[in-house]
Amino acid sequence: MNSYDVWVLPVLLAWPLVGAALLYLVPASRAKVLALVVSLIEFGISVPLWWRFVPAGGMQFGVNWNWIPTWGIQFHLALDGISLFMVLLTTFLVPLSVLGSWTYITKRERGFYALLLVLTTGMLGVFVSLDLFLFYVMWEVMLIPMYFIIGIWGGENRIYAAIKFFIYTFLGSLLMLVAILGLYLHAAKTTGQYSFDYDFLLQRSADLGPVAFWFFAAFFLAFAIKVPMFPLHTWLPDAHVEAPTAGSVILAGVLLKMGTYGFLRFALPFFPQIAMSKTVVAVVVTLSVVGIIYGGLVAMVQPDFKKLVAYSSVAHLGFVMLGIWALTLQSVQGALLVMINHGISTGALFFLAGMLYERRHTRLLDAFGGLARVVPLLAAALTIVSLSSVGLPGTNGFVGEFLILIGAFKTYPVAAIISTTGVIVAAMYLLPALQKIIYNPLAKPENQKLLDLSPRELIVLLPLLAAIIWIGVYPRPFLSRMEPAAQHLIQTVTPATTAAAR
Amino acid sequence: MSLDLSNYADLMRALSPESVLTILALLVLLIVAWRHRTVTDLRIAGWVTLVSIGITAAVVWWLWWNSATVEGVAQMIAVDDFRFVTDWIFLGAAALTVLFSLRYLEREQLLAPEYYPLLLFAVLGMMLMGGGEDLMVIFLGLELMSISVYVLAGFNRRSPRAAEAALKYFLLGAFASAFLLYGMALIYGATGTTNLSFIGVQVQTLGVAHLPLLLVGIGLLLVGFGFKVAAVPFHMWAPDVYDGAPTPITGFMATGVKAAAFAALFRVVIESLGAAGSWHVIIAGLAVATMIGGNLVALAQRSVKRMLAYSSVAHAGYLLVAVVSGGSGSAAFIFYLVAYGITTIAAFALLAAKGKGGESDVRVDDLSGLSTSRPWLALALTVCMLSLLGFPGTAGFMGKWYILVSAVGGGHAGLAIILVLTSVASAGYYLPVVMAMYMKPASHAEAHASMVFDGVGRATLAVAVAAILWFGIAPGQLFDLSKTSGASLHAAPAMAMDSPTSTPTTTASGTGATTAR
Repeated sequence: MNSYDVWVLPVLLAWPLVGAALLYLVPASRAKVLALVVSLIEFGISVPLWWRFVPAGGMQFGVNWNWIPTWGIQFHLALDGISLFMVLLTTFLVPLSVLGSWTYITKRERGFYALLLVLTTGMLGVFVSLDLFLFYVMWEVMLIPMYFIIGIWGGENRIYAAIKFFIYTFLGSLLMLVAILGLYLHAAKTTGQYSFDYDFLLQRSADLGPVAFWFFAAFFLAFAIKVPMFPLHTWLPDAHVEAPTAGSVILAGVLLKMGTYGFLRFALPFFPQIAMSKTVVAVVVTLSVVGIIYGGLVAMVQPDFKKLVAYSSVAHLGFVMLGIWALTLQSVQGALLVMINHGISTGALFFLAGMLYERRHTRLLDAFGGLARVVPLLAAALTIVSLSSVGLPGTNGFVGEFLILIGAFKTYPVAAIISTTGVIVAAMYLLPALQKIIYNPLAKPENQKLLDLSPRELIVLLPLLAAIIWIGVYPRPFLSRMEPAAQHLIQTVTPATTAAAR
Repeated sequence: MSLDLSNYADLMRALSPESVLTILALLVLLIVAWRHRTVTDLRIAGWVTLVSIGITAAVVWWLWWNSATVEGVAQMIAVDDFRFVTDWIFLGAAALTVLFSLRYLEREQLLAPEYYPLLLFAVLGMMLMGGGEDLMVIFLGLELMSISVYVLAGFNRRSPRAAEAALKYFLLGAFASAFLLYGMALIYGATGTTNLSFIGVQVQTLGVAHLPLLLVGIGLLLVGFGFKVAAVPFHMWAPDVYDGAPTPITGFMATGVKAAAFAALFRVVIESLGAAGSWHVIIAGLAVATMIGGNLVALAQRSVKRMLAYSSVAHAGYLLVAVVSGGSGSAAFIFYLVAYGITTIAAFALLAAKGKGGESDVRVDDLSGLSTSRPWLALALTVCMLSLLGFPGTAGFMGKWYILVSAVGGGHAGLAIILVLTSVASAGYYLPVVMAMYMKPASHAEAHASMVFDGVGRATLAVAVAAILWFGIAPGQLFDLSKTSGASLHAAPAMAMDSPTSTPTTTASGTGATTAR
């Protein structure tokens, strides 16, 4: 076995922590440079995964070390077609976030970048942990850096937003902890073996009996808060609006995906019968559709650009949930693709919102107007990104949502039809916003002297724009890498589903 | 090393930690009787006390290393891992308290070195409580500890608040002792013995498990312990006393005193009352009330010291969950105690350093901006708060986790859920401290200028914080130690236990583990 395959995951987790420590060895003014270097190296380490990954190979790049043997807790990492993209998305977005914060973060830079790097470890850890205890620890650990990033470098209402973010997530995850514990003790009781190993617990979760419903509910709550599903989404607009640019990007790009990833990795495979029982399906599909429509409608009336994007996230993630629960190959692949797309497009939107804010110190749509004439590059970027977020063919947004809708139509035609209107709603909130910002008359004197994108800002946006077009035109490499994993998930869940239907 | 307690030499060996500590405490008392005027005298007393604590810990270690056990049923004093490990915890809590007191006493002009021997006598009482195999020994230990701590609580004679605290503590403590003693008397009446193991056998064989006399006795006993551990609704004294006492002593009370009461409670319920009815329900009720009450009232506090006082009430609730859980509950208790003890003492030490001449007035907002002027102290306090909150990566999480394991494993999922929900609520008062330090600007430039630690305090704090993080990341060895010591606490071998709460701690695994060392 190649030594890269053995070491890549532990190194990916350890390197940002080392980098965070290194930040304290250089002068504070150099912290951002070093952080950029560290995050670029991190990205560099992760890139070969794209080629070394064997689509049909199941879990790969695994390491399994003892952590707390008394409890059967392992340091077990591995990666499959679902987590591969989440890992790459994370390592891709972090250097961009560092670069995007270059001039935005002016106080306590060292702390900011150190926290961003620690956050990277936490996020990657969530996606590659195959030990439920380790997963839980990672899930919680990333909470603290994000809490500080919102609370220290955020806007006016940052403290309120930070604590709301923390308490919501903490509540869900602690109940999940009890459920993990229940699974663990159940497995120990039936087999006499104490282990938090993913595969082991997966096998033992079949004969849980009635308590399975409550375990599922606990997992569901934790993940649904993170996604966030309507009506648990109220922390999201606050957190997004108050967070600094990099915080919003990471929050939208990666943190929200942890919720949907949790469903794909844990909630569905562990409790297929419960998840696919009529009531749960009805509830989830309804809430997803409500999320799609409601998120769009609320976004439509937001005067604040960041809040608008935040609510659009609720709608996008509604699509993902619908795709996951529809459980057809297309819809699951579409859901995975939307998870990636949303990270790219919404990430780019938040970067653009941050750039606008740095120029005008406001995010109110009405404060802008006619920017296309003053800052053509910025306007062009904003247009492309908005169109991708709306789902215009030729951009990534189209491919993902289209796959979800065809896939979901097979299983839940009514829900799919209603959700299709969500695409129209998306056009109805983003295009007027675009109009208000870059078209309309250039009436305000403050807007007439704005500077166009600096080279640094261009470097931030170009990779994102490239990804938007790449996935929009040629999604094949993505789809082929995720297909076996999606297929596997469907196979794991389906037999139980048919049994439940009988 | 197997000890026959009817033999004097063996009895002396079994009692060697307590005997050594008594001699050393008297020695310290003698020293301070001669030298009690200057700051130097105070320091000498402090360091001699630390040495005494170290020697006693070594004696405990000697017993532990030789795998000391008792032949047959232990009379008066237990010789098992549970006793050794709790002894270390009491001694450790005292050592941390002394280290943080060295500067505090000088700064507050409390130039009375009697402070230190009182601390040693309190520890002696705790050790008797943790090792007492007889209700009488437990009661003696409790009184010795309590009387020493009454004095320590009112140690700042110039402060009316301290006087109030001491008087309140004394009056309510005396009530609690009376309840406890009366409960013990009734249990003696029902079973005819005060030896814990024999009580267990009698409850099992005499069919008195549901005798009203015994039940009332247990009830009174639990009221007494409830007072000592500050469980809701018997917690009313705690905030005022914690508030008025010198801050290092508050930390000591919130950890050592509470730990001793819990250790005795564990021993009594596991060794004696395993077969008796209804105490589970009572303690479960106390646990629920304590978790909810402690956390909710803590949310309303503005003063950091009072907030920590109520938070320690809430933590007593979590520990009560461990008591109910049985099985691995005693092991979870040991781990939790270590985690919580280090964290709490460090937090109170930080508070003591912040507040000059009346730290009860330090409000959460007074910590604003601490991270800019005192980044390391802010980091230390953040780690403490996260550990108290039970956040992964800290010892507090592993402790809470262990309690959850034993609660769910013992079939008390409801208690586990209440525990996690109240933990979420506790974020509402731990996080504002972090928020104030990091997210709010200081009120004025010199706001934290007076917050300083001497070298010893700083080193101690660094070690404490490192330990919190270490046990949060690599808790393996401490888990193993708590497991063996928790398992060494078991009902007398003669009993065939039908209660599921005590079955996993069989004699075989208990003694097997100790001799294998």
